[in-house]
Amino acid sequence: MRASAIELFSLSSLLSLQNTGGRERGIGILFDGNNFERLMGGLFVTIRISLLSAALSLPLGILFGMLMTRRNPLTKALSRIYLDFIRIMPQLVLLFLVYFGTARAFALSLSGELSAVIVFVLWGTAELGDLVRGALVSIPRIQYESAAALGLTPLQTAFFIIIPQTVRRLIPLAINLVTRMVKTSSLVVLIGVVEVLKTGQQIIDANRFRYPTAALPIYGVIFLLYFLVCWPISLFAGCLEKRWRD
Amino acid sequence: MTEDVLLSIRNLHKSYESGNAILRGIDLDVKRGEVLVLLGPSGCGKSTLLRCINGLERIDGGSIRLDGELISGNPRELPKIRQKLGMVFQSYELFPHMTVLENITLAPIRVQRKGRAEAEREARELLLRVNLSEKEKAYPRMLSGGQKQRVAIVRALAMHPEMMLFDEVTAALDPEMVREVLDVMMELSERGMTMLIVTHELAFARAVADRILFMDQGNIAESGEPEAFFTAPKTERARDFLGNFLFSSKKKGRE
Repeated sequence: MRASAIELFSLSSLLSLQNTGGRERGIGILFDGNNFERLMGGLFVTIRISLLSAALSLPLGILFGMLMTRRNPLTKALSRIYLDFIRIMPQLVLLFLVYFGTARAFALSLSGELSAVIVFVLWGTAELGDLVRGALVSIPRIQYESAAALGLTPLQTAFFIIIPQTVRRLIPLAINLVTRMVKTSSLVVLIGVVEVLKTGQQIIDANRFRYPTAALPIYGVIFLLYFLVCWPISLFAGCLEKRWRD
Repeated sequence: MTEDVLLSIRNLHKSYESGNAILRGIDLDVKRGEVLVLLGPSGCGKSTLLRCINGLERIDGGSIRLDGELISGNPRELPKIRQKLGMVFQSYELFPHMTVLENITLAPIRVQRKGRAEAEREARELLLRVNLSEKEKAYPRMLSGGQKQRVAIVRALAMHPEMMLFDEVTAALDPEMVREVLDVMMELSERGMTMLIVTHELAFARAVADRILFMDQGNIAESGEPEAFFTAPKTERARDFLGNFLFSSKKKGRE
């Protein structure tokens, strides 16, 4: 938080060199009133929705993935339908379905943020489940056998051989899913949740006369904020991927 | 001299779910220190026999005894039994997320509860024997096929097995790497290891075996000294099988 504030500050001094004309311009808008705090508050909503969804999707996705490797035709068919349904539907449609649909159908009034978390968990569970399934089936049967041939018990085989290999294949993919969630969370604007993007819009609109050219710097800063959140996550995933390549 | 017999198989039957009988009443005794080579056309049940011995396949009838102790039909004892039987697979099956040294010491430490220092000392001694000392920190992906297979052999040896099972261990290797693996197996046999080897390397079989078993259609069709088997096979099927490996040279000249 502090580091990014300093970066923003140096950026603003850079832009203010080009200040011309009577009306105030550029990035100065950020430090007007509590604009910066508001933007950070919006970013916090974004992060809260995506990280909470990711955290809930993790255990559910692992369970769902294990369920998908079962041979039972009924579980197979149901999980397939669920996965395809979630994949085919645009996230926005799912958001509307949960937010407006439940209000209509069950007279339930879910808050925008809760609806968003429900949709992202549904989505994350499906996607992560498919990743878990892929990681599990990609470990050949004979790896289990070679562990057994050394005298390892099934529990030891799972613990020392199968789970470490599954996790290594899974974590980079799962982390990429988190960054996709962070980005996709900007859709929740459309069900009335005020996150970082909406906050930016509000700031631009409220200062339309004093800062007529505020859109570029504000959206620029929002770009930077998204970047600062997602980039380290991607770097981390790439780093793990390199280290664990087999 | 029954105390000499390490592995004793009686009337072993095995069918797959489809109902195909793959082993039809195998009787086999392996003496301590003996090197047996199983030959036969593919699908004759050689690999299945090895897999039945260390319990990777369930058997449908008969008995398998190791050191006089009944080991078949006893799934709870399998981890214990398998420590006495080292198995090497065609596809090496090293654990890709562990270094060479970790691959070798995993089972001694976790299964036999050896101290790490002792397990690593033994692993290094074995690696030295197969000329792979400098690879102990390497990951399997960094090794050639022949090196991986030598590590796999060392990994099995680290458990101090009473008997080694080799399932076509050179079949996936490039020709120039076959030799280094066979040399390790030859050395093992010279040290008196009891071995049951499935292979298609006939020259190696002839050199290493104390006894050749020729399998056909789920039975042991012929068993004998390697020289006798290769020069004068008793059965028609064995003659046909050996004939598959011979080529008559192209007609020379065009007289």
